[in-house]
Amino acid sequence: MSDWLNPRGAVSVGLLVILALLPIYASLTGDVFAMTLFTRIIIMAIAAVSLNLIMGYGGMVSFGHAAYLGIGGYAVGILWKEGITSGFVQWPVAIAVSALFALAVGALSLRTRGVYFIMITLAFAQMIYYAALGLDRYGGDDGLTIRQRSQFDGLLDLNNRTLFYYLCLALLIASICLVSRIVNSRFGLVIQGARSNERRMRAIGFPAFRYKLVCFVIAGALCGLAGALLANHTNFISPALMFWTRSGDLMVFVVLGGLGTPFGPLIGTAAYLLLEEALSRVTEYSGLFLGPGLLLVALYLRGGIEGLIGGARRG
Amino acid sequence: MLYFIEQALNGIQLGMLLFLLAAGLTLIFGIMDLVNLAHGSLYMLGAYFAATFAAATDSFVLGAFLALAATFVSGIVLEVIAIRPLYGRNHLDHVLGTFGLLIFFNDLVRLIWGPAGMTLSLPSEMLTAVQVIPGVYYPLYRLVIIAVTLAVAALLYFTVMRTRLGMLIRAGASNREMVGALGVNIKLLYTLVFGLGAALAGFAGLMQAPILTVQIGMGENILILAFVVIIIGGVGSIRGAFVAAILVGIIDTIGRAFIPDMLRSVLNNDASATLGPSLASMLIYMLMAGILVFRPEGLFPAASK
Repeated sequence: MSDWLNPRGAVSVGLLVILALLPIYASLTGDVFAMTLFTRIIIMAIAAVSLNLIMGYGGMVSFGHAAYLGIGGYAVGILWKEGITSGFVQWPVAIAVSALFALAVGALSLRTRGVYFIMITLAFAQMIYYAALGLDRYGGDDGLTIRQRSQFDGLLDLNNRTLFYYLCLALLIASICLVSRIVNSRFGLVIQGARSNERRMRAIGFPAFRYKLVCFVIAGALCGLAGALLANHTNFISPALMFWTRSGDLMVFVVLGGLGTPFGPLIGTAAYLLLEEALSRVTEYSGLFLGPGLLLVALYLRGGIEGLIGGARRG
Repeated sequence: MLYFIEQALNGIQLGMLLFLLAAGLTLIFGIMDLVNLAHGSLYMLGAYFAATFAAATDSFVLGAFLALAATFVSGIVLEVIAIRPLYGRNHLDHVLGTFGLLIFFNDLVRLIWGPAGMTLSLPSEMLTAVQVIPGVYYPLYRLVIIAVTLAVAALLYFTVMRTRLGMLIRAGASNREMVGALGVNIKLLYTLVFGLGAALAGFAGLMQAPILTVQIGMGENILILAFVVIIIGGVGSIRGAFVAAILVGIIDTIGRAFIPDMLRSVLNNDASATLGPSLASMLIYMLMAGILVFRPEGLFPAASK
């Protein structure tokens, strides 16, 4: 329990309380835009949580994570177009295909190290981007408008904005819990061990490659789920979902919030998207401020916002 | 067959362009150990500078030289202000910081030149096509690109392998502390190398500007191709970058030109129309994946790293 009694715990809990109460505020003021923005923040935070699992805890700097966002989204869109509207089919397919793609990418990329890993994951994501660009039947370059959200017959109606919001929030909290459980398990300790010294992990008998691959697949699957949510949220998919700058955004969310901390991805996503929104109201050229801001974060804010709040560094 | 030759020439031309970008990237990575995502922004700047100066001076060549100088200076200013503190940090910090620079440059260009994009027109004598072999006509300008880039590549090779500056660059790549200890101004060397990389990227941008439209984000797609090139060639190796750039350029162009037709003979029209273009775009990434499986350090791994 003492975990929650420090400033960093207070901020995390505070943020969750705000997120939980937001629909009430929105329904009182009729602020539909806030609901849309925060649903987006929550969904992107799920993607960032999944990236944090491999990048923050596993030291695998994947620069192609938006690919899974796209695969999850396209799974929903393509199945809808082909007449399969049930979410009970769409979502598992989104997760499974993302996991399969992660398995293929991971099996090839995890042989490489350092900058090679960064770039090979980036290249695979670009490959999927071009594949989606060529899908004329599903909109090609223009993207595809999905006219019907995933159907959970009788159980859930995703057209209900508030319900969809709480579903996303529940999934976000579940994924934060899942990642915390994973990294504190024996499996997660091997992953973290491999981040600090992979050779040593192998020497004491752990097949580090296989452990990392499983971790990579879990992250891909989780991000695929975020993609399915995003397609349902925007009712639209396009190759732009997985352009490489989108992967860059996800990395920014994680690092800004605090690499390898449970709530960092959520804090980073919320901070960045809210700042971007606020800046875009003041100036047309928000990048002039966001860009140098990112450079300063990279240079001086090693622990991200989480580190700033908590002060002390965690190993 | 004639079509094939024409496409092969297009491939070589794309390869030359990729080499200009990849050489700078690989130099900067090999010597400063810096992953630079803002390299595509310098390519974009080169194109914008060229379009502006060519319009102002009414001369393509003069505009190109001014643009080259302007990108070199921009690179030096960028290095001193923003890149220098990134040296010695981990690659994730590089990616994050230079990604921020990329966002910055996109909006800076939009602020200065507006969102519309620009065109750069060639002098009329460049617009002709020449007969390269009987029956095959090829645009003169594209041949000029190939020739000029080959000259630049030779000059670069000569500079790195045969001059004192090149010796220092190579020494800096293998042991920067020792070079510093021997009294070489390593900071200045790094700034010069970054400026050189910037000028090469700007050069690629200005050469390509008359063929494509000059627009915001033009460097983002080609940057990834340049990364693929240096991964295939082996990070830090200029020779590797040259071989890989031509390989990638030819495979990409030939793939785009012929795969849809080849598929049409196997599959029905509908399926090949969908599959063809995507498969062609994915080809070089598959090539890269294949090469990395067998040679995780690329074709010409740099000896020092």
